[in-house]
Amino acid sequence: MSGTTKNYSRYLYAIPYASWMLLFVIAPIILIFYYSFFDIEGHLTLDNYKRFLTPVYLRMTISSFWYAFLITAFSLLIAYPTAYLLTKTKHKQLWLLLIILPTWVNLLLKVYAFLGIFGTYGLVNAFFETIGIGTKQLLFTDFSFVFVSVYIFIPFMILPIFNALEKLNPSLVDAAQDLGASSWTTFRRVIFPLTLDGVKAGCQAVFIPSLSLFMITRLIAGNRVITLGTAVEQHFLVTQDWGMGATIAVFLIIAMALIMIVTGNRKWGVKQ
Amino acid sequence: MKKLIQLFTVVFVSAFALLYVTSYLNSSEGYSGKNTLTVYNWGDYIDPDLIKKFEKETGIKVIYQTFDSNEAMMTKIAQGGTTFDVAVPSEYAISKMKEEGLLLPIDHSKLPNLKYIDPRFLNLSFDPGNKYSIPYFWGTVGIVYNPEMLGGKKITSWNDLWDPNLKNQILLVDGAREIMGMALNSLHYSLNDTNKAHLQEAKRKLDALTPNIKAIVGDEIKMLLANEEAAVGIVWSGDAAEIMSENEKLDYVIPKEGTNLWFDNMVIPKTAKNIEGAHQFINFMLDPKNAAQNAEYVGYSTPNAKALEYLPKEIVEDERFYPSDELAEKLEVYENLGKKMLAYYNELFLEFKMHKK
Repeated sequence: MSGTTKNYSRYLYAIPYASWMLLFVIAPIILIFYYSFFDIEGHLTLDNYKRFLTPVYLRMTISSFWYAFLITAFSLLIAYPTAYLLTKTKHKQLWLLLIILPTWVNLLLKVYAFLGIFGTYGLVNAFFETIGIGTKQLLFTDFSFVFVSVYIFIPFMILPIFNALEKLNPSLVDAAQDLGASSWTTFRRVIFPLTLDGVKAGCQAVFIPSLSLFMITRLIAGNRVITLGTAVEQHFLVTQDWGMGATIAVFLIIAMALIMIVTGNRKWGVKQ
Repeated sequence: MKKLIQLFTVVFVSAFALLYVTSYLNSSEGYSGKNTLTVYNWGDYIDPDLIKKFEKETGIKVIYQTFDSNEAMMTKIAQGGTTFDVAVPSEYAISKMKEEGLLLPIDHSKLPNLKYIDPRFLNLSFDPGNKYSIPYFWGTVGIVYNPEMLGGKKITSWNDLWDPNLKNQILLVDGAREIMGMALNSLHYSLNDTNKAHLQEAKRKLDALTPNIKAIVGDEIKMLLANEEAAVGIVWSGDAAEIMSENEKLDYVIPKEGTNLWFDNMVIPKTAKNIEGAHQFINFMLDPKNAAQNAEYVGYSTPNAKALEYLPKEIVEDERFYPSDELAEKLEVYENLGKKMLAYYNELFLEFKMHKK
């Protein structure tokens, strides 16, 4: 300890951050681990982990990953061209604002709106009816679940990609074209690799929350899609089997950490 | 730095100003900490006019909060940090809360209106002598259906639901005991069955129902059925009454195999701060005229014998909501099966939900 005032004040400034991390990040994670070792009657046990490794929960895990993957893939598919287009428009900030705007509306409210839009007598089916396709069941299908989730998460995919594209030096694109690269090659070899960090950040921001979605599974998928998030909610609120709920949460934390490591490694590398 | 301090000062000053304004507004309306009453009830389960009437009569301000499952309510009360003065749990929750010491005894001498309650609803096994709970509403679990959408077909029993013609037409309420109970009843088992072989059999029977199930939802079921999103729904009787008042084509039936009979009772949780006010509130709700008004608004069946006189005849004589004694014998009350058994019910229900078409 050097003991200079400058050092002291630095520690002082770290207090809010450190106590925040301790209270709201580290302590809850420790608590989750702690609870995961207790069964419903409060006995210390490893049963919850054994139970998680049974077909029921493994199938649930696989289906959660599958839906999260679908949601992320479709978000990316729509978000990348959108973000690209945004960088080329005149009133960028205005368009960006319009994309961010829906995130200010309460999530539940947006989901409820889809109950009306996708319903048998809803807007979409009325349209199908007039153009002669006839009424289709939209609500409570895999399609509507993925669609609504993509709608909700897409701003979080567009923003990081947009930022990455904005930072891209246009002279690099010009250079590629001057050197005879086709526009596809330019995209594949220059633009995409340089915006990969944005894509990764976007995928993290979408994939990780998608894994533990729960309200939408009931409202839009009618509990026909069961994710790990649904099971956590059930165990904490209905069954009051906090141990099992915590065990699922432990696996979610591990999965998320793995995803962060896999998709975030470039940041730790030599870049910049 | 100077700017930062300025900013913080502004934030603090405005926060305190707001705090002062709210407390001033509250006291100017005559509300202090002492004469408020926090009522913790199911969503959409009281006529709001009655709350206003109670506030006017007693000068007590009511803070009304809602929950959507007994389990969520118990968790909140057990964890503390809340000051609910009156809560309205269902019978199995009451026996559980009693065991865990979460309830305060009710002083019957402060409830002169208790005499109006039909003795059939007093002194039941979950709370002998009504030491801790006073009846609020009762009802059944049954089937709401739209005869028009089914081409005039009538539904009378649980087993009718397995008809292949009902493909993708059934909405279920998201409750493990309700749905497992339905399957158990359809197999002529008790809905309090704890025999694991029977429960497995019930779960397999539910799996076989999957092609007919459109969705398993919460409170949205009311809106979805009223909008004719599906032809059949498994719901609580009061929800059925509400749905039918919105869409007159729908009908409600208590299945002939029998079903669940439930009670929601008013209790005073141990977190109560205004015990006197809580008694006043309970007595107010027991008043026959108030009970009748509430029953008409909410749509559930009132246990208040005198209140029936104030209700329209078509409500009181409706066997779907006030079943005959013959049918009433087939109805069963949920017993508190214990945490472990309940977890087993939930596990099976979760597995059933994951069963793909």
